[in-house]
Amino acid sequence: MRPILMKGHERPLTFLKYNRDGDLLFSCAKDHTPTVWFADNGERLGTYRGHNGAVWSCDVSRDSMRLITGSADQTVKLWNVQTGSQLYTFNFGSPARSVDFSVGDKLAVITTDPFMELTSAIHVKRIARDPAEQTEESELVIKGPQGRINRAVWGPLNRTIISAGEDAIIRIWDSETGKLLREADKESGHKKTITSLTKSADGSHLLTGSLDKSAKLWDTRTLTLIKTYVTERPVNAVAMSPLLDHVVLGGGQDASAVTTTDHRAGKFEAKFFDKILQEEIGGVKGHFGPINALAFNPDGKSFSSGGEDGYVRLHHFDPDYFNIKI
Amino acid sequence: MPIDKSDPNPNQSKASKFRWGELEEDDNLDFLLPPKEVIGPDENGIKKVIEYKFNDEGNKVKITTTTRVRKLAKARLNKRALERRNWEKFGDAVREDVGSRLTMVSTEEIILERPRTPGTKAEELKVPGDSLAQLSKGGAVLMVCRTCGKKGDHWTSKCPYKDLAAPVETFVDKPVASEASVSASGSGKGAYVPPSMRAGAERTAGSDMRRRNDENSVRVTNLSEDTREPDLLELFRPFGAVTRVYVAMDQKTGTSRGFGFVNFVNREDAQRAINKLNGYGYDNLILRVEWATPRAN
Repeated sequence: MRPILMKGHERPLTFLKYNRDGDLLFSCAKDHTPTVWFADNGERLGTYRGHNGAVWSCDVSRDSMRLITGSADQTVKLWNVQTGSQLYTFNFGSPARSVDFSVGDKLAVITTDPFMELTSAIHVKRIARDPAEQTEESELVIKGPQGRINRAVWGPLNRTIISAGEDAIIRIWDSETGKLLREADKESGHKKTITSLTKSADGSHLLTGSLDKSAKLWDTRTLTLIKTYVTERPVNAVAMSPLLDHVVLGGGQDASAVTTTDHRAGKFEAKFFDKILQEEIGGVKGHFGPINALAFNPDGKSFSSGGEDGYVRLHHFDPDYFNIKI
Repeated sequence: MPIDKSDPNPNQSKASKFRWGELEEDDNLDFLLPPKEVIGPDENGIKKVIEYKFNDEGNKVKITTTTRVRKLAKARLNKRALERRNWEKFGDAVREDVGSRLTMVSTEEIILERPRTPGTKAEELKVPGDSLAQLSKGGAVLMVCRTCGKKGDHWTSKCPYKDLAAPVETFVDKPVASEASVSASGSGKGAYVPPSMRAGAERTAGSDMRRRNDENSVRVTNLSEDTREPDLLELFRPFGAVTRVYVAMDQKTGTSRGFGFVNFVNREDAQRAINKLNGYGYDNLILRVEWATPRAN
């Protein structure tokens, strides 16, 4: 395949997200401008100007009209996807790390980093249908986990919130009361910071990537460990194919060590694993730095990766990808 | 992209156009060109277009153009997506230069690199590893990685650092001592063992042959360019029986490289020659004569 290279960002990529129809791709980077691209040919549709810091994460509503972005400038912004105009700004006392719309787009879960004397927290905000009625109040604030919470997503039927972060433990919280419902087993769990967490297309299981050079597949309800995928470099980003039983891991050595070693030592590939057999299927090379973000098109026929090198690479699979046999 | 240009009648003079294929045709029809022919695209996307035209010299030329038709992956476009397709650009995308080339198609073909050839299983690789692992219980660590030199951690093929090694190194087969001992002990199947190394083979023959060259060998250096082997023989003959005289010659220029070797039958003779001739003025130079140090191996 010949990937499409998108050089819209001047700084490392942090997050990639497709809309539900798979025709738009949203990219966040450490430069302050989230960008939206057409997912078929990589043409830039627009940018969302207004943030004053690195943008760590974004999510798009099911109807592809609203975009929510979380930034290190201690704000979370709501945007009109079509025009790029700001609809609302939530202010926090610390950088916002992760954002996720609930099913139905009426709620959003936002995680904030520990900063000054503030500890990390998970905020639940109600998203008004009309931006004019939007309020700042949090429905719920959950505190407790030590260190950064790198990702928090909604569980089945919005009843729970699943969080993971620097303390390497996956937790399930009640989204109504904020009570801790379940913790992943420490023995079988990750040994280092969990950098990424993604749900399967049907939400029945979730995949986490960690700096301990592995990715793990968990049951969403019981948090039992299902599979482990071992690789030889820290995992920064994970994605699951909605079409085939494939898991993609992206990573590479720490960005600070890249210039001091041979480029071949970095292993900046997106590694494909068989979800069930846990066997490596192959690698897709191309980035000049670690892969920070991965996303699968909802149709499963293309995926994109964002790297520390500032490039988004959009890969449309060759036909023979779909009948790879182990 | 014209790949194949073939001229069916090169240098054919107008007078002698009696080709069997054209005998029945009317001469006038020769000026008409066959119609353009399109073959394919076939299942591999290969499309062939065959065209005919006259070149500058008036000869008929057949041009076959072979192209590969590739279907771009299509996003599943529903009505809303088509609507979005026509959205106005906004933000920085509005003022985007045409030449800014933010979006480029990679010039490099990226393939999904398989960790091993499809069809083979990891389990198959483990089988020889296990049998060797049993051997290693006897004592020395057999599992030595030739790429990174680690012992007992992994096999060369599984080396996590193999990407780092220069490609040449992977082909240089440095026999590891312990490996050699395994093959020498004759595990029965597998690696080729040279006859001289096989169990029961006469060990002495091969090593003696080499020794004859090495023993009682005297190195003579600082020879003048004109010195030839007969001259050396003449010089060393009086000290005892000489088995070999050799003067190193430069293969390119054909001149002497200024050193040579003399082998004696008896060690005492060699020693006497060294004592006598070391520092001896020969031709216009002072000779240096010493024991030739045997090769390291």
